[in-house]
Amino acid sequence: MMLPALIIVPLIAALVACLGGRSRADWPRWVTIGALLVDAVILAALSSPVPTAGLAPGWLAHFDAPWIPQLGIAVRLDMDGLSLLLLWLTLVLTLASVVISWREVKEHVGFFHVCLLATTAGIIGVFLATDLFLFFFFWEIMLVPMYFLVAIWGHERRVHAAIKFFLFTQGSGLLMLLAIFALAFVHRQAAGEFTFDYFRLLNTPMSQGTGMLLMLGFFVAFAVKLPVVPFHSWLPDTHTQAPTAGSVLLAGILLKTGAYGLIRFTIPLFPDAASRFTPVALALGVIGILYGAVLAIGQTDMKRLVAYSSVSHLGFVLLGIFAWNTLALQGAVIQMIAHGISTGALFILVGAVQDRLHTRDLRKLGGLWHGAPRFSGVFLFFAIASLGLPGLGNFVGEFLTLLGTWRVSPPAAILGAVGLVMAAVYALLLVARALLGPANPQAVMGELSGRHRVTMAVMIVAIVALGVYPQPVIDMAAPSLRHLGPVTAAAPLIHMATSQDLPR
Amino acid sequence: MGAVAPTNAILLAAILFGLGLAGVLIRRNLIFMLMSIEIMLNATGLAFVAGGARWAQPDGQIMFLLVLTLAAAEISVGLALILLLQTRRPTLDSDVGNRLKG
Amino acid sequence: MQQLLALVPALPLLAAVLLMLSSTSINTNGVRILGVGSVGIAALLACRIAFAQTGAGWAVQPFDVTLWHWMRIGSFAPDVTLHLDGLSMVMMLVITVIGFLIHLYASAYLDDDPGYARFFACMNLFVAAMLVLVLANDLLLLYVGWEGVGLCSYLLIGFWYDDPANGRAARKAFIVTRVGDTALISGLFLLATMFGTLSIPALMQHATTSWPMGTAMPTLAAFLLLGGALGKSAQLPLQTWLVDAMAGPTPVSALIHAATMVTAGVYLIARTHVLFALAPDALLATGLIGGATLLLSGASALVQTDIKRVLAYSTISQIGYMFLALGVGAWDAAIFHLVTHAFFKALLFLAAGAVILRMHHEQDITRMGGLRTAMPGIFLAFVIGSASLAALPLVTAGFYSKEAILGGAWDAGASGRLLWCAGVIGAFLTAIYIFRLLFVVFFGEQHHHPHGVTGWRIGVPLAVLAVLAIIGGALQTPALLGGIAIMPGILGGVFGTAREGALAVLPLVVASLVPLVGIGLAWRWWGAGLTSRFETRFTDLLRDGWDFDLAYDRMIVQPLMWLVRVNHHDVIDSVYEGLGALAKRAHAGLSLSENGRVRWYAGWLAAGSVAALAIAVLS
Repeated sequence: MMLPALIIVPLIAALVACLGGRSRADWPRWVTIGALLVDAVILAALSSPVPTAGLAPGWLAHFDAPWIPQLGIAVRLDMDGLSLLLLWLTLVLTLASVVISWREVKEHVGFFHVCLLATTAGIIGVFLATDLFLFFFFWEIMLVPMYFLVAIWGHERRVHAAIKFFLFTQGSGLLMLLAIFALAFVHRQAAGEFTFDYFRLLNTPMSQGTGMLLMLGFFVAFAVKLPVVPFHSWLPDTHTQAPTAGSVLLAGILLKTGAYGLIRFTIPLFPDAASRFTPVALALGVIGILYGAVLAIGQTDMKRLVAYSSVSHLGFVLLGIFAWNTLALQGAVIQMIAHGISTGALFILVGAVQDRLHTRDLRKLGGLWHGAPRFSGVFLFFAIASLGLPGLGNFVGEFLTLLGTWRVSPPAAILGAVGLVMAAVYALLLVARALLGPANPQAVMGELSGRHRVTMAVMIVAIVALGVYPQPVIDMAAPSLRHLGPVTAAAPLIHMATSQDLPR
Repeated sequence: MGAVAPTNAILLAAILFGLGLAGVLIRRNLIFMLMSIEIMLNATGLAFVAGGARWAQPDGQIMFLLVLTLAAAEISVGLALILLLQTRRPTLDSDVGNRLKG
Repeated sequence: MQQLLALVPALPLLAAVLLMLSSTSINTNGVRILGVGSVGIAALLACRIAFAQTGAGWAVQPFDVTLWHWMRIGSFAPDVTLHLDGLSMVMMLVITVIGFLIHLYASAYLDDDPGYARFFACMNLFVAAMLVLVLANDLLLLYVGWEGVGLCSYLLIGFWYDDPANGRAARKAFIVTRVGDTALISGLFLLATMFGTLSIPALMQHATTSWPMGTAMPTLAAFLLLGGALGKSAQLPLQTWLVDAMAGPTPVSALIHAATMVTAGVYLIARTHVLFALAPDALLATGLIGGATLLLSGASALVQTDIKRVLAYSTISQIGYMFLALGVGAWDAAIFHLVTHAFFKALLFLAAGAVILRMHHEQDITRMGGLRTAMPGIFLAFVIGSASLAALPLVTAGFYSKEAILGGAWDAGASGRLLWCAGVIGAFLTAIYIFRLLFVVFFGEQHHHPHGVTGWRIGVPLAVLAVLAIIGGALQTPALLGGIAIMPGILGGVFGTAREGALAVLPLVVASLVPLVGIGLAWRWWGAGLTSRFETRFTDLLRDGWDFDLAYDRMIVQPLMWLVRVNHHDVIDSVYEGLGALAKRAHAGLSLSENGRVRWYAGWLAAGSVAALAIAVLS
């Protein structure tokens, strides 16, 4: 019963927040925080692995209830290490976004938190569902409240951005729905039962062409979310226009649902098609890294810059997922978490600038360090984390990803490393244009508030911890990644080296 | 009185229909447009009658009765609408009535 | 005692974190105690550990300290392990001792600067990162230090952030070195993929056992590592950042851009010398690049008019010597020169800083002159530093280390002789440019009067470094001159016993005389102050550092920026936005037909019916 509680608690809290929000502005905030803390307690209880009978190795918890038995649809929730990690990330970032929008959101406070909680519930569902129909259900659930978050509390061009976000994700989601149905039918033809159960659909035999088509259906849905160039273009607009909390949720978690989907569904369901698709996916990853970086360099809107840097960073994740080995997959998982924290923090900081100075335009900013050295120090820290400084979380992710990629394709790894140079360019340009330079009378902002400081401190600690001791995360994710694709542990390739060199 | 060849009757009906249509398209006065619609309806009626005579079936005349009734109903509703319009705006020009345009 | 090794980098790191956290509330004295004190204690600890580990014949007992397991993925398991052997011990001592002296100096140099705490936070962080770099037992941990020092270099070059030019210089330094780092990290990928580990001893062992000499794999790996070293050590073709890096405060230039960080590339190659020894092509390239760099930047140093730029070009040139030494396999000579260079170049920078400070932050040597009488102490320090840099025979440290390099080159076959020639010409240039600087600044007539006096916190480091710049030569002398072998003893455990080169008197004598000739020429030309008798287009080219900046700007920066500008609005996005615009256009077009005119509708109705009938009848 713990798993559905994770989803239901935020939904109930949303109802309570909505009803109470009319009279007292702070009521929804506290309700939301309370609900998230309850979720955190439940999750903490689940985190300590208790060996439960009847679970496949690697899985930590299971829940099963009938929903539409005629069609083989059930409420099936399962949790493994990967889900657990992402759930923690979700809770932490949602909590952060509640805390930092304390001052920023003043209108429709109740409904704001309803949307926030509903999105969270949808995301938690996505990370838990192991019934494809249920998965799609949650996939759609998390979009609608997100749409409202952007469209109501966003900035200048919020409606345009919200519609764009909705069209992209909805369109690609429909492709996935088609693929889900097709997969269920293919499975019925082969096995004689109509089911949406993830575990039974694994290893469904199908022809090469069908497999590729269905795999692409899933891939496109997740690629839009991730986002993979050329499906990325909703992201800069949406991030730029979303309120800070929305940007944090989008960058921190929603994008990770794409990567999660690739790891959980696309590759295990269609291993053959995915492995044939590998060269294209690697190329897309590299293109994403470089293209995102080039665009980030050219931006003058801080939020847009950070958004394009996300495109670049998540290229690494795609690379890691399609490198087909444990090193790269572990790298991708760490990159997902580190990116969630570092980019989330950057959005919070940019949001603070926007909130106080009412501009995100780098041409009007500069010299912030004079008035706000602490704020600037934190900003610098996360900019540097984002350019992949060793010792911080992002580096571990990027290094492992590229190391794993090197086995498959050294050119892809080298181009990825070139992306790191470009990351230095845009991150340092952001720092220089926003923080450095002579004092600017138009851009004097005070220090961060206490709430912001606590949030930032937690995130700094998290990203340092991830950088210097990522082992807990690695251990947690390891069982989920073990069964993916051909097992290639980090075995030395000495034999290959000698056999190449000796004959000459 | 010799029987009219069915083709001639259909031809006449077509000509009448064409005249009516032209009237609807060309005239801007609502009354004249209604009258033109009457002509078109009667043209179809004529075609039905001619068809009934050609195949010696009663259906054609039944249809003609139906068309007559329809035309009467239509003209009464149409005239009522025109009267209402007339009270709002002192014009019978149909093109001025496009304020419902979406 | 061995466990205390971790404290050596940990203390400055801790101080850096404390300073960062309290940067707005701590007072100047607190900063001094934390910032200078932590490095001082680290230096004492380092000396104590070195003392404990050095045995008979100066041999160093190597040991490892594993702090924690970094990560374990399959068999790939980099650890956070510190490794102390002769090489890392020498580096550790240089970093902590010279680091301490420069910190002490900086505590006076930056008095009254509003960023006092920030400065020492970065400096301490730098010392910690540099120590991690040299103590790392694992290439991945080394890379942490490698990028960490790059970050500190960035922060400190742009320390005075008011001026956007400083920020640009800092960015340039970081990005150009990062280009080299791309090669380095690719090398790490290659090695880790091949051997499943990045632990340096294990790698070296695997490399010798499974890679035959001169094959493609070790050559590729060595070239990739070399790429990283070139970026960090400002060698051709990635040398352009170092001169601009002089925008930082002078103590930064002394510590980071002369004594320690820029020599990290030399350290890297020395550390992985087993791999380089397997790759003669990479080694030859190292030597040739070193030779070319020392000549080109030595020539550039001849015509600079900014006191720090002269020293910057000189640094590039001297590191060129070290690369030359590495290229001919004279590993210990390279490290020896690294050490003496740290002494005399830090001395020169600090002395220059003292001059700059008393000249109201004036760096242009054409406005200096005749300072000999006004600041005799600094003058003496500068003379000692210049003499050591110019390798004045017998009495200076620089002479012995340069001799070791040139001797190594002389013994290394035909390519070695070529490099020897480059080295001798470079020594000639060195003597000319540094004594030109000395004469122009301290001789001739006085243009501007200095103010104030030089305090003890500036004086003491200068004095200590001046002594070191003279007696540092006693670490290793040729057999002809006593044959002291402290340095070979310490490094013997790492590089193996130094081979005894044939005693060649001729090259020794030639190399000793060349600096004297250079000094004489400098006196003849500039003894009476700066004259502009050599101004030609060629000297302009030299002054701009052979226009590498211009070339890179045209070849790389401009095209990238063009791409960035052209694609500012994201071509792919415009496709989607175009689809949206198309939908809107279609909406506008179709809604034209919905004009509310009854007759218009009737007409379309009729036309449509006719068309439908026509299709039904005719088809």
